[in-house]
Amino acid sequence: MSEFLQQLVNGVTWGSVYALIALGYTMVYGILRLINFAHGDVYMLGAFFAYFASRALGAATDPNPGKALLVLVISMLAAGAVGIVIERFAYKPVRKSSRLSALITAIGVSLLLENGGILVFGSDPKFFPQIITARNIPLGLGVTISNQQIIILVVSLALMFALRFIVLQTRVGKAMRAVSYNPTAAALMGISVDRIVTFTFMLGSMLAAAAGVLVALQNPKIEPLMGIMPGLKAFVAAVLGGIGNIPGAVLGGLVMGIAEVMVVGYVSPTYRDAIAFVLLIVILLVRPAGILGKATAEKV
Amino acid sequence: MKHVLGIVVSLGVLVALDIVLPRLLNPYLFQVLVLCGINVILAVSLNLVNGFTGQFSIGHAGFMAIGAYGSAMFSLEIGQRWVTTLGALGVPPVIAQGAALLVALLAGGALAAVAGYLVGLPSLRLRGDYLAIVTLGFGEIIRVVILNVDAIGAARGLPGIPGWVNFFWVGFWVLIVIVVSRRLAASTHGRALFAIRDDEVAAEALGVDTTSYKVLAFVMGAFFAGVAGGLFAHYLSYLNPNSFTFLKSIEVIAMVVLGGMGSISGAVMAAVLLTLAPELLRPVKDYRMVIYSLMLIVLMITRPGGLMGSREIGWPRFLRRAKAEHA
Repeated sequence: MSEFLQQLVNGVTWGSVYALIALGYTMVYGILRLINFAHGDVYMLGAFFAYFASRALGAATDPNPGKALLVLVISMLAAGAVGIVIERFAYKPVRKSSRLSALITAIGVSLLLENGGILVFGSDPKFFPQIITARNIPLGLGVTISNQQIIILVVSLALMFALRFIVLQTRVGKAMRAVSYNPTAAALMGISVDRIVTFTFMLGSMLAAAAGVLVALQNPKIEPLMGIMPGLKAFVAAVLGGIGNIPGAVLGGLVMGIAEVMVVGYVSPTYRDAIAFVLLIVILLVRPAGILGKATAEKV
Repeated sequence: MKHVLGIVVSLGVLVALDIVLPRLLNPYLFQVLVLCGINVILAVSLNLVNGFTGQFSIGHAGFMAIGAYGSAMFSLEIGQRWVTTLGALGVPPVIAQGAALLVALLAGGALAAVAGYLVGLPSLRLRGDYLAIVTLGFGEIIRVVILNVDAIGAARGLPGIPGWVNFFWVGFWVLIVIVVSRRLAASTHGRALFAIRDDEVAAEALGVDTTSYKVLAFVMGAFFAGVAGGLFAHYLSYLNPNSFTFLKSIEVIAMVVLGGMGSISGAVMAAVLLTLAPELLRPVKDYRMVIYSLMLIVLMITRPGGLMGSREIGWPRFLRRAKAEHA
């Protein structure tokens, strides 16, 4: 029982990271109907930005929460800027062409970030400095949680609530929802679709960067290709929850994280990468639009 | 009569090239040529699913893997014994090996086709990106399963596959896949596939059996991907599950989209281009993949419809022109 609870704690932590990445996928998809394949690589960049920021700030030699927070903010801002640049120079020119050419462009950007990362950062893994001293806290019933896991949970929850606030309570959030619902009508109502798209990319990239930093805290080995698998699985999580649906992305992320940790714990670690997809196929066969997605009838 | 002549002439040309090319080209160039051929088969077969039918599949590497491992296991377990037996009966090794290879490729292709049928089934329910992600998932599941089955080498890979592939067999299958695609495009069945791509609801309303045509496209695409995998296995003599990652599927999709969705000649050109590009970029070493990815982005921005759009180049146009000049 205690082992199960321990796995559950680990699963929820891991799932909240997936949820953060999945949010970016789902927002971009909701607005542009584009699978942003480069999103996983923005997550990788987030970890690297934090690596350089913490070295520049000396956060490794003198770990304190203030510096760690600053590292997180710097990394999120830098990744947000990268998101804007990617959108402007790669995605905007193909927005009017077919969705497939946009997809191939996204794949091109993803390859560019990965190989550019290898070129700039080197292909060997870097050791992410311990900007928070690790400590284990017993929760009773034989379950322990590390302070890093607590940070992951708290930060991701805070970011999810911030996102919820932006999307539901602010003017720009209202515009995002409008563009997602119908871009043409939104443009006719005086919303600058271009700016909303850019804003969405920035927001998504910031969340991905935060996920990158949080993961690097726990697994301190970072390398330029680290974003491929988490990116792919976070996308699967977004589809699982119903792509384009924000609560769905969080739910999908959690389901995915828990399922994965359980498979590693009880079945075999080697099947870890397969479970995500098995789960996906099973759920999509039962609910073709994802768990929270609404099935849309096709208009003729 | 004309057909028989065409077949004989093309087989003759292939045999001649098979004899001449290895002597003209150094082993490296020859290998690039063979890989071009394999990629052409992959791109043209994916074009049947993505380009003709508009069903977005990103799990082509999975079918390729099934074909590769299936045919390799066939050759290792059965094919090699056939070759020894035939050799003992006095059959020349080239013919014995070719026959064994043909059977192995057909077996690998058939196995992949069965998998294509199984993946094609959910496409009855799923559309667009959901289908895409299921095919992606399927490809990954195949890879993870291969990684975990010890009998086919698991993560160590599968060595010692007989290297029976020569230029003749690659060229032979390239021709087959192109001819089948062209014939299909010109037939009633091809029109049905195009109709599904252009408007599925309208196609169904006009009496096209959309489900069975979609499954047909998946099965055919998977079969040829399996054959390509088999050729790959019997050329390199070694298989590793890492050759069949999601990136391989992406590479093939890039070929189809870059060539122009639905254009067979476009798929062929893009396959050759995207195989050659990383090789040509070898001198710039570290910058190679960076330039490759930039090239992909720039090509997509400047030519969003692909190199060929949905046009074709081919013999009919040249022939028509020649006839016009005669008249």
